[in-house]
Amino acid sequence: MLSTLTYLLILAPLVAAGVVALSPARLAKWIATFGSLAILGIAVAFAIGFPNWDDGGFAPAGAGIAIMPSLGVTLSLGTDSVGLLLILLTAFLMPLAMIGSFSAVREREREYYAWFMVLEAAMLGVFLARDAIVFYTAYEFTLVPMYFLIAIYGGPERRAASVKFFLYTFLGSMLTLSGVIYIAAQRMLETGAWSFDLMQLAEFSSTKLSSGEQFWIFILLMAGFAVKVPFFPVHTWLPLAHDQAPTAGSVILAGTLLKLGTYGVYRIALPAAPVGGVELNQLIAVLCVIGIVHAALICWVQHDAKKLIAYSSVSHLGFCMLGLFSLNSLGATGSVMYMINHGLSTGALFLCIGMIYERYHTKDMDQLGGLFKRMPVWSFFMVFFTLASLGLPGLNGFIGEFLCLMGAYTAEPGAATGYPGLLGPWWALVAGLGLILAAMYLLIMLGKLVWGPLREPNGHGHGHASGHGDSHGADHGHGAAHASELPADLNAREIGILVPLAVLCLAIGFYPKPMLEVISPSVDKVLAAYPKHVERYVREGTLLDGEDAAPQGIAASTPSVR
Amino acid sequence: MDTIPAHLLAAAPMAAKLTLIAPEILLFAGSVVVAVLGLSRATAMRRAVPFVTALFLAASIVVTALVYRSGAVAESGLLLPALGGYAKALIAAIAIPLVMVVGSSIDRKLEEAFETGRAPFDPIRTMRGEYFAFFLLSIAGTMLIANASDLIWLFLALELASLPTYVMVAVSRGTRRAQEAAVKYFFLGALSAATFLYGFALLYGATGTLELGPMRDALAQQAAAGALPTLAIVGGVLAILGIAFKLAAVPMHFYAPDVYEGAGAGTTAFLGIMPKIAGVLALMVLLSVFGWSGHGVMEAGQYIAVDGLPLPLSAVLWMVAVLTMVLGNIGALLQRNVKRMLAYSSIAQSGYLLMGVIAGPKAGFDAVLFYLLGYGVMNTAVFAVLASLERNGEEVETLDDLAGLRLRHPVLAWMLAISAVSLIGMPPLIGFFGKLALFSAALEAGQTALVIIAAVNSAIGAYYYLQLVAVPMLGQPTARTESVQTVPSAWPRFAAIICGVGVAVLPVVLPQLFDAASSATPEAARPVRANIDADGAAPSPATVSAGSTTDEVPDAKQAG
Repeated sequence: MLSTLTYLLILAPLVAAGVVALSPARLAKWIATFGSLAILGIAVAFAIGFPNWDDGGFAPAGAGIAIMPSLGVTLSLGTDSVGLLLILLTAFLMPLAMIGSFSAVREREREYYAWFMVLEAAMLGVFLARDAIVFYTAYEFTLVPMYFLIAIYGGPERRAASVKFFLYTFLGSMLTLSGVIYIAAQRMLETGAWSFDLMQLAEFSSTKLSSGEQFWIFILLMAGFAVKVPFFPVHTWLPLAHDQAPTAGSVILAGTLLKLGTYGVYRIALPAAPVGGVELNQLIAVLCVIGIVHAALICWVQHDAKKLIAYSSVSHLGFCMLGLFSLNSLGATGSVMYMINHGLSTGALFLCIGMIYERYHTKDMDQLGGLFKRMPVWSFFMVFFTLASLGLPGLNGFIGEFLCLMGAYTAEPGAATGYPGLLGPWWALVAGLGLILAAMYLLIMLGKLVWGPLREPNGHGHGHASGHGDSHGADHGHGAAHASELPADLNAREIGILVPLAVLCLAIGFYPKPMLEVISPSVDKVLAAYPKHVERYVREGTLLDGEDAAPQGIAASTPSVR
Repeated sequence: MDTIPAHLLAAAPMAAKLTLIAPEILLFAGSVVVAVLGLSRATAMRRAVPFVTALFLAASIVVTALVYRSGAVAESGLLLPALGGYAKALIAAIAIPLVMVVGSSIDRKLEEAFETGRAPFDPIRTMRGEYFAFFLLSIAGTMLIANASDLIWLFLALELASLPTYVMVAVSRGTRRAQEAAVKYFFLGALSAATFLYGFALLYGATGTLELGPMRDALAQQAAAGALPTLAIVGGVLAILGIAFKLAAVPMHFYAPDVYEGAGAGTTAFLGIMPKIAGVLALMVLLSVFGWSGHGVMEAGQYIAVDGLPLPLSAVLWMVAVLTMVLGNIGALLQRNVKRMLAYSSIAQSGYLLMGVIAGPKAGFDAVLFYLLGYGVMNTAVFAVLASLERNGEEVETLDDLAGLRLRHPVLAWMLAISAVSLIGMPPLIGFFGKLALFSAALEAGQTALVIIAAVNSAIGAYYYLQLVAVPMLGQPTARTESVQTVPSAWPRFAAIICGVGVAVLPVVLPQLFDAASSATPEAARPVRANIDADGAAPSPATVSAGSTTDEVPDAKQAG
């Protein structure tokens, strides 16, 4: 039963995509909406039937379908509680993104909704994969729909943005693939059988491979995931992609796609190469902190509201990674919480900015201001989600942020808290700067957009005047004519998509306990190998023995003498 | 296990050899039939030429299946006995859509003139029969490589595969550029033939035999006695470099962009895949002589088996592979002309293929043979789309011609996009699984650095392949593209659809395809480990019938 649901979760969006692509254009959005709602239903049914909420185990555990028996590639689906929460997040955000696109997309509608359905299938595939090649297939295939969504429906620089997005991610994930195959090949040489089962690979790699190999494997695996996260030095594709993507694209990009990166770290990189995870821990943490502060400073000087939210994602995901790399239960649980919460609040913020863009065809905060006077309902939601995003206690963002910082704070060598790690109070303090900066730039954004004297771009004397601004043109899907259909403030449809998000933000903020309880067993399983490595690292200063430090396999490009 | 002494092998019955090359004989007969048909006065007969060609190709697949199931392979004494079964079927199967792509384009203008009566029928001027006769001859030559049992055979087969292609390029379209391309191709081809022939001669000098089986034994013995003679190493390197021409691999890649650009699109599709299959097969056969584990070095009186090819050869192959990938990809980045871009990209693809060859017969050959299938389908699909389009009676050549193709020819645009995405290596299309197999094989063989270089190169390749997606699917039509239309014949479009759909659908039968590729390199082909006794007695070549295992072949450590 459960395994049928997992197949359905991938098949249903693909079927929906096919139906959308073949249906009449005017029905496309409805089919996509109801399709994604049905998928949400399937996801909820899966969650209800899921037996491993409490113990961090995988379900269902069926054998799967052999795809390439000689290489051991198997279509085996199943997930743990963390994957399941992300599945729910994806399935939840998708209908909202679909409904949110009703007025924004008027051209090539069928393709638009069909690509979104394909994207949903791919994302669910990542969270459901138990086989590394299935994981990679789904992970990589998210690129294709996203590429088309940005390149067809994006802003003026959409082509460059889509290519940059594609190439960055593709290069990274090719390296990740090499790392995964390397583990599988070593396992093959050891055991005589190919397998790409994630559990088996991780178990083999973390126990049988030398520390030097693990070190390099970790770098390879991280190469792909770090790009997707996006991690500090390789984050530059994100602001451009967000800036140019259509609203729903940004919602899904920030809400779920970025989580593929952190999920990959959680699911593959951390369990497979604990030596690398420990050895590079502080380097990664430094990059996290740099990313947090650097992106926050960029946000501070942004004029474009959407870019500001995009850069804030870089900063926020830095917290998420910092939590994960605290290597203790506290931080990692917080990190998973953060993934969910960031998806909700940032997704909602992108929706809010999108609503403004549909009305004024600009996201420039110098041209807009004091919108509270024109759009009180919108302003309420904007303020609400901004507060959620900056981590106001009582709203959802706070829990994850707090736990991530707690994790880093307590991750001190020889800490009495029982969470030995390699970071410590100082790390948390410096990263905490990001919190202050976040409050600053987000409140500045609110101050400009919501409060103050009313400022509207030329030609928009009224919110519902038909726009003739120069920032929009016939060159992309946002025709001018339909702007007049929108009222000054939010209409029922728009309120309808923001309310569920707000309710969820509030609910998680007030009562996070059930979620924390289901996350931590899974997290503990993933981090099981870490305490002893961390201990040894603290004792000896390195896990790489002198001779192991040389990348054995990597240098061996010439035949080895047996 | 059947073990046949060397002298008996040399005198293997002629009949067995002839049985093995029955598919080639059939194609040879086909080429004669086609050549005659092409001269017929009746238009219908001349029209039938491509169909007859395809028919013979289909028949050769059936014959291949029959021959290789009959057990004739077991007595062949070949180093890679089962290789031909898969290779010949693959070659013929890919050739059929190629016939569709090229079919109507040869002599098109001339035939129109004949029909409208503007010109009287003149058998001297018709080319169709010749073209397809040469087509079949080249295919037969490519197939023969898989069965080569000595160097003379290998040389003749390589030449039979090459020589017809020079003519095919020259007559592929009626422009001077085609003739220029053919001349260029011919001269560089002759240079490469001289190079590998020289290499073969040195190998003969080093071992005193031309036959591959005894040559392998002689080399294994020499290696066991100390090291391989320099003569053999130099011969091997020269042979590899000569064969690199067929693969369009560095340093013999210079001709590819000019020749691809000059030849008609259908013929370019042929050049993109068939010579590559020929080159890969030739390398497999030739390198099996050096053995992957059948040689070793004596150190302090102790025999140490070396895993893989002798170092100089593997180093040369390694460098060729890396340079081929890198230069091919960088070259392709700079092109606006689609055919030149695809030429460079096919150079890069050769680099990936070489990666599998370096990985050796254990898993690498399976992966290469499997990759060739996928590459053949993708390559044919891309060129079939190009061959389906024309602008003012000329071929479409630049990316600009393809802008906004989606709006006017959505199916062709989709096929182009799918095959380009597959060429990038995007799962779950066939190209990805080919790469997966190659990467896995190379990593199993310990070629980590090579795999990482290939991974980075794949990402570079993504940039220009992506243009083949972006320009037709997202670009806006311009005044220039207004005049782009499909060619009158529907066959190229049909081939584009078959191959484009194949790219997406073939992964469904992945296990079967991969098993077929694996069956071509039986276990017997891996460690061809001679029983080198302490007294250095000549080892008896172990010939194992296809499908049997090598469990009786002693391990290298035991041998030492």
